[in-house]
Amino acid sequence: MSDPTRRRLIQGTAGILASGLFPAIHAQEKITLRYLGTAVNQDKAIAEKFKADTGITIQYVAVNTDEVTKRAVTSPNSFDLIDTEYFSLKKIVPTGNLKGIDVKKIKNADKITTLFTTGMVGGKAVGDQGTAPKKVIYLEGEKSKVFAKSPTQFMSLIPTVYNADTLGIRPDLIKRPIDSWAELLNPEFKGKAAILNIPSIGIMDAAMVVEAKGIYKYPDKGNMTRKEIDLTIKTLIEAKKAGQFRSLWKDFNESVNLMASGEVVIQSMWSPAVTAVRTKGIACTFQPLKEGYRAWAAGFGLPATLTGKKLDGAYEFINWFLDGWAGAYLNRQGYYSAVLETAKAKMEAYEWAYWMEGKPATQDIKSPNGDLLAKAGSSRDGGSYEQRMGGIACWNALMDENTYMVQKWNEFVAA
Amino acid sequence: MSATTKKQLRAGPPAWLQALPFGAVFLFFFVAPLLLIAAVSFWPTSDYELIPGFTGQNYVSIFEGCANLAEPCVTLKTYWSTLRFSLLTWACALVLGFTIAYFLAFHVRSPGMQTLLFVICTIPFWTSNVIRMISWVPLLGRNGLVNQGLLGLGVVNEPVEWLLFSEFSVVLAFVHLYTMFMLVPIFNSMMRIDRALLEAADDCGASGWQTLWNVVVPLSRTGIVIGSIFVITIVMGDFVTVGVMGGQQIASVGKVIQVQTSYLQFPLAAANAVVLLAVVLMIIAALTRMVDLRREL
Repeated sequence: MSDPTRRRLIQGTAGILASGLFPAIHAQEKITLRYLGTAVNQDKAIAEKFKADTGITIQYVAVNTDEVTKRAVTSPNSFDLIDTEYFSLKKIVPTGNLKGIDVKKIKNADKITTLFTTGMVGGKAVGDQGTAPKKVIYLEGEKSKVFAKSPTQFMSLIPTVYNADTLGIRPDLIKRPIDSWAELLNPEFKGKAAILNIPSIGIMDAAMVVEAKGIYKYPDKGNMTRKEIDLTIKTLIEAKKAGQFRSLWKDFNESVNLMASGEVVIQSMWSPAVTAVRTKGIACTFQPLKEGYRAWAAGFGLPATLTGKKLDGAYEFINWFLDGWAGAYLNRQGYYSAVLETAKAKMEAYEWAYWMEGKPATQDIKSPNGDLLAKAGSSRDGGSYEQRMGGIACWNALMDENTYMVQKWNEFVAA
Repeated sequence: MSATTKKQLRAGPPAWLQALPFGAVFLFFFVAPLLLIAAVSFWPTSDYELIPGFTGQNYVSIFEGCANLAEPCVTLKTYWSTLRFSLLTWACALVLGFTIAYFLAFHVRSPGMQTLLFVICTIPFWTSNVIRMISWVPLLGRNGLVNQGLLGLGVVNEPVEWLLFSEFSVVLAFVHLYTMFMLVPIFNSMMRIDRALLEAADDCGASGWQTLWNVVVPLSRTGIVIGSIFVITIVMGDFVTVGVMGGQQIASVGKVIQVQTSYLQFPLAAANAVVLLAVVLMIIAALTRMVDLRREL
């Protein structure tokens, strides 16, 4: 090696060291928030924009839905901000690991959609079977282990994103209209159907099918009795033994692969997965069904031990999140944001009309990173916000008989 | 032993002190967690906290309804399916591993060539486990390469469905993944067989098969047993391969435990883990009875 090269190398190393040290010194002034959640919600662009606006760094800790709950329960000091689903609260809140969020410190708290606070959309009550957010959104105090029956000053989670899930289908391979959950177990799709293998969500989809087939009407799908669980699982096992399911899936990407490869033509699906199939140029519809949707919602929570500057930073992040930019970003991905009017202000009129009002697109609709999602003239599956959210039949849930349900679900997998 | 060598042996630190660091690592990171798991398996089940206690309820619920053999309970069915995968994989891996090891040890003469072929055997391990499994989909799927080939040749009229998301695909993936674990120890044993023994067998008029069965197989026994232990224990505890290749529709003990831990049912999962450990230990005990590992190594 010649000398100049070596010198350059040493200089380079020194440069790396210097640049590595420099931010470390500054970090004492500027805080970093550890954001625990699932990868789906942890968008790089959101963290970058927040850093540019406030100087606070967001450090994403990405794990799966079950793991978020597990960490909240077992290691509550490993994060500064948690992004979790409302149905997990039934496990987390009784541990006292979460702090009630003071709505007086949240600027747009009173503008949070009524879907969360009262369970109404456009003045009409939507289905509240399962863990509907309105049942668990308020706590009795800042340090409380119980949910409040009526609105209080303290919220367990400030909503971030939510959506209403339904079946995804391949219209090009099915070639006829689909309008009921019952079609998932229709023998016509033998060996070409799939259901998701996350017991607490899969059982709800199964329950929608059972009701649609007219086998049984549940008083509360989100909180089944042992007998109801037995019946639901029995229906699933019969279908499985008859060869109905090509596969079960657990991971977002698995569902995309199953659908895109044509292994499966009808399955429980998530909205961004449908988008992912479509961006491959393959026809895929997030099919609205007459029995309604299974909804889910996620929100920000604060660990009980958070204090001082980090606590202030976390509040700043939540306020920033509800302020519109992030909401518009999420709406453009096909999710829904918690405060609609601030998001509307940050979206183009044609975007708002397509995503929220269910109107045909007047120009091409693009995702936040510029991928073409829909051509001009097409309209969104499921129509407007009111139509879609108003069609909610039940919510993702944690049942009282959860242990028994998981045991029975394992039986289904083993059958 | 002469007095001087005795002295030399004593010169170093005492044997127990030399074994202490490794022993301590084992104690803290293996024995202690294992004991904890055993303890937790007796704790009562609760959704959001672990309350110490003592109850046999976890074990009772695992074996609930298992007395009725006409309609086997989930636990028995799951263990049966996992055991069957272990046996099938073991049998395939043994035949393949032994054959390849035999070829490498006795037919490939130059050490350079042996090394090269060995490296080729490890190529599948250059990518991650998950990627290796996902790559089966475009190969075996309904519209995959194999099906397209079969359809093109006119062998079948409709795509063959059992190639993917079936017991076949699970065993295939297992064999692909774990034959190496069988191959290496058997090869190692074979390399230590004195070549003069083979010549002696030949001189005594033994046929090729007789030499194989009466000389090579008994002398490779250690490798076979070690390889078997590897393969069986790995397959017994696996939940990723069964999940991906079985389309999540085939149960395995590991999968059950994983589902339970993800739903925070730690005591139940711990009880299942203890049962699994007991079963695997019994299998290993049976295997080691066939050969005295400590003497042979």
